[in-house]
Amino acid sequence: MSSVVAQFEITYQQFLDEHGKAQKELPEFAADADQMARMYRFMVLTRVFDRRCINLQRTGQVGTIASSRGHEAAQIGVAAAMQPEDVLAPSYREHGTAIWRGVRMSQLLAVWGGDERGHNWDGARHDFPYCVPIATQCLHAAGAALAIKMRGRPHCAVALCGDGATSEGAFYEALNAAGAMELPVVFMVTNNRYAISMPVEGQTAAATLAQKAIAVGIPGEQVDGNDVIAVRHVLEKALCKARSGGGPALIEALSYRLGDHTTADDATRYREDGEVEEAARREPLGRTRRLMEERFGWTPEQEEALVKALEAEVEAEVEAYLNTPKPRLEDIFEHQFGNMPPMLAAQREIARKYPVPDHG
Amino acid sequence: MSGLTLVEAVNQALAWEMAHDESVVVFGEDVGVNGGVFRATLGLQERFGAARVFDTPLAEAMIAGLAVGMASQGLKPVPEVQFMGFIYPALDQIISHASRLRNRTRGRLTCPMVLRAPFGTGIRAPEHHSESTEALFAHMPGVRVVIPSSPVRAYGLLLSAIRDPDPVVFLEPKRVYRAFRQEVPDNGEGLPLDHAFVTREGTDATLISWGASALETWNAAGELAEEGVDCEVIDVATVSPLDKDTILESVARTGRAVIVHEAASSGGVGAEIAAILASEGLYSLEAPVVRVAGYDVVPPLARMEYGYIPSVQRIKDAVHESVGSG
Repeated sequence: MSSVVAQFEITYQQFLDEHGKAQKELPEFAADADQMARMYRFMVLTRVFDRRCINLQRTGQVGTIASSRGHEAAQIGVAAAMQPEDVLAPSYREHGTAIWRGVRMSQLLAVWGGDERGHNWDGARHDFPYCVPIATQCLHAAGAALAIKMRGRPHCAVALCGDGATSEGAFYEALNAAGAMELPVVFMVTNNRYAISMPVEGQTAAATLAQKAIAVGIPGEQVDGNDVIAVRHVLEKALCKARSGGGPALIEALSYRLGDHTTADDATRYREDGEVEEAARREPLGRTRRLMEERFGWTPEQEEALVKALEAEVEAEVEAYLNTPKPRLEDIFEHQFGNMPPMLAAQREIARKYPVPDHG
Repeated sequence: MSGLTLVEAVNQALAWEMAHDESVVVFGEDVGVNGGVFRATLGLQERFGAARVFDTPLAEAMIAGLAVGMASQGLKPVPEVQFMGFIYPALDQIISHASRLRNRTRGRLTCPMVLRAPFGTGIRAPEHHSESTEALFAHMPGVRVVIPSSPVRAYGLLLSAIRDPDPVVFLEPKRVYRAFRQEVPDNGEGLPLDHAFVTREGTDATLISWGASALETWNAAGELAEEGVDCEVIDVATVSPLDKDTILESVARTGRAVIVHEAASSGGVGAEIAAILASEGLYSLEAPVVRVAGYDVVPPLARMEYGYIPSVQRIKDAVHESVGSG
């Protein structure tokens, strides 16, 4: 005898098509002009900031930096769905989410400019810093969720990662723990189609990344990651459920990395121009602007004024970053331990005798 | 017989701190209902509830990663990894995050956690159950490595490790778990970290060890005394960061140093101690520094493990060689 003992389906959620046309009735928040304007503002800010970051790297004023171009809807959608008390465990590419949550752009620049003080950031002080070892932050989000649950607090944790992370053991272990312990945590995978040069088809035989949730017994669903309304809507539902004891979820946000992996990467080595052009037609900013025009009478003048204002805002942050006094060499010793051991104190004394050479 | 074994002292320290600090949480594989495979967490779940003492899925990276997440949000997680041989999946979380979170955020987030693991040979276990790889962690900035060698120090050092604001890898020598008993007053008093303990005073040579090897070292010192060689014995206890002052001060008086540890010799913590003696204690040395350590081989299975563990005779021979030279 054989019988079917388990079946699953993965849903895909989209409100706005690539032209900004609503495919179905929009959620309530999308009727609120102020909320939509705020989300759109941060999406554009993320794009403007990204452009300036690349420029700063090219001119040697910041180190290697990861581009967020094309990820604006995913980053702002999840940010808008979160509450300040929720805990964020980001990857290293989530500039828009961090800025929404109160991190100063000058602090993000410091992180990429080689200054640890950047991670001592403003905004959500309990959020995790950017995480470079892929997928390891998923476990931190699960741990933070466990802390939230143990204290009976009405919040949740959010882990953000890319498609590449879903091949890592830490990703699976985090999902599995979240399911087994019913933790208030939501994992959002921004599937931007590439783990540096490895396309998602080479990463897995699974038809979707969302279905990786099924193996651990938690819900998984797909959302158009370039549709900020869909991302916010799906995340809001998942986060509300998590906060009220309904357990974890995995959301796969389908997007595309329009830029290189980082400024140290050259994506033309592994993908065709035509593919990028095709993806650019589905990018998030244009369709959001068209919705703003259609529903809220957003004008070209408003658009121009917004971009100008945001460029000035970014420029002020760049200035703040460039004018930050150099860190002290002592700092590399002082935060290894809360109680500095004598051997380290002795090494600090040695270091004091050797001024840091200025490499510009 | 009165008093506590080392594993009972671990249990007593966990219970004390859980009773006095509600942010302390104990978890790991089989630590709850089962009380731990060595019974280190026996009775804790009944006493403190399944919310604070719980069993996890079998995944060491997850155990360490959850602990990092919990510690960063103000809890004091004390997870157990069942054997040190299975700690390697957790290395990424310890090395990449636990040891760096304070520094990475310039103190905004910290990671006060204690990762406990039984370590070392001597219980006739299958492969992977006899590892002494403390040097892996000792090499990592930002993490303390603490190893008790007696019930009294297990109790006091574990309390201090839990109260420390930074991550501690706390390695328990399972060969000593039930080797002997000591009176361990349950008074909540910690013993200092970053501090080496002089357990026997002497004038002819300094024997430096930690963990289970402290037993053979202690016994060797006793036999040597009968043979007319008066040894000072140091239990290093915190193998990283090292308390070099205690070691240098002792060797300055005795002029001779014999380092004893179970872990493989090359690249071990003993090499670091020997380097400290060479660079800062050379002029007080009257003989070469000697290491009596595990051979540079994979820890052998049960039938040969006592051929691998530095024996009392090997230690005595090394001391005689040191005292006889120079």
